[in-house]
Amino acid sequence: MNKASSWQLLSAVMRRDLAVALRRRSDVINPLLFVVIVVTLFPLAVGPGPDVLGRIATGVIWVAALLSSLLGSERLFRDDFLDGNLEQLVLSPAPLPFLALGKIVVHWLLSGLPLVILAPVCALLLKLPFEAWGTLMLTLLVGTPMLSAMTAVGAALTVSLGRGGALLSLLLLPLFIPLLIFAAAAVESTLVGTSAYGQVLLLAGLMLLTLTLAPLAVAAAIRVSVN
Amino acid sequence: MWKWLHPYAKGEATYRLLGLWQPWLSGLALIFVTVGLVWGLFYAPPDYQQGDSYRIIFIHVPSAMFSMGAYTGMAIAALIALVWQIRTAEWAIAAIAPVGATLTFVALFTGAVWGKPMWGTWWEWDARLTSQLILLFLYIGVLALYYAFNDARTGAKAAAILALVGVINVPIIHFSVYWWNSLHQGATITKFEKPSMPPEMLIPLLISIAGFLFLTAALITQRLRNEILKQELHRPWAMEKLGVEANDGV
Repeated sequence: MNKASSWQLLSAVMRRDLAVALRRRSDVINPLLFVVIVVTLFPLAVGPGPDVLGRIATGVIWVAALLSSLLGSERLFRDDFLDGNLEQLVLSPAPLPFLALGKIVVHWLLSGLPLVILAPVCALLLKLPFEAWGTLMLTLLVGTPMLSAMTAVGAALTVSLGRGGALLSLLLLPLFIPLLIFAAAAVESTLVGTSAYGQVLLLAGLMLLTLTLAPLAVAAAIRVSVN
Repeated sequence: MWKWLHPYAKGEATYRLLGLWQPWLSGLALIFVTVGLVWGLFYAPPDYQQGDSYRIIFIHVPSAMFSMGAYTGMAIAALIALVWQIRTAEWAIAAIAPVGATLTFVALFTGAVWGKPMWGTWWEWDARLTSQLILLFLYIGVLALYYAFNDARTGAKAAAILALVGVINVPIIHFSVYWWNSLHQGATITKFEKPSMPPEMLIPLLISIAGFLFLTAALITQRLRNEILKQELHRPWAMEKLGVEANDGV
């Protein structure tokens, strides 16, 4: 048997995750529908006036994104844990954080990226002024990878618990706060006519930091959960 | 150093050592907290602007300080538990987290009580209040994860990872919340500048801070001893210990 390199293993893990997700599309689509439905509920609750909706639009979209990332988190490791795939990952010669990063990237492709594409629809429904759409999408683009990485840490920690849902929200939501603050601030500064570059760059920096450190935490958590 | 430290990875040795410290810490805590609070609450002069209501500072500031200090301590214990796989450090997480959470709650509560006469509201979305609230959530998260697993060892390790993830996030959260909003008054005690407080108020505050430090240490020590005893109950030394103490009690 010839030895597979780490890159080959990484691509195998990623292709497999993509294939599994594409064969069970509802798992991918449901969290996105959740965002759209939450966004739909707000105008019904607070009234359809553009003055109120436009003010809260960014917050609503981002909070919906945070909550939907919790909904989709089971998909990351749960089935792999149950059918023993996770143990194979731990035993594989490739470094576990490296493979974990691959799983995070696939998770982002299936949950974060669609949200970025969906954002204009939500912005339209919530009557966010058009000039802020670009910033909203930009914050989602740099923010959602961080969301996927943090979610992976939480999911790996709770994967061996049968029902980790409520616990997961308790663990993760406080850690999402900086993301929420900077994203909302970026859109807000576009709305008042100043540049949002500072906040977006800060978000990008945080994203890089998270993507660097989170795979290590995910790997440690998987090792704890599998044993 | 390792040769000297390593015996304390064993439950019994740590239990003995903490037992030696315990009476000193408790005694110092009693003296300092009593002196600090009696001086602060009854004898320190009233503030020219806030009158008597500023006196809550003698509880608020120390508890807020050590709510963060305890988190740092917990994170250090988590690092030791993960890197050197020392079980005593795992139990230390369980010992520190409830104490830290309580201090955080006390800081929040006294802050709210202080905020009512000063700012005219129980709760203000101010930076320090908010980050303190988030700190409380982080403590609760660590505790919830610690006790969520059937296997205590898994729970302790998972909680240790979460505590480390949290400690990297605490400065980021703190900084982001600051940036988001600030209305809280500036820091009262700064290391390098002249304190913005007259010595008649500052000295009881410092005594009170020292008292809370000893109190926190004493509580954690006691909780860690209990935890060690609980976890090592199957070992001869622990059984003997409990047997002897039970006989004393009867």
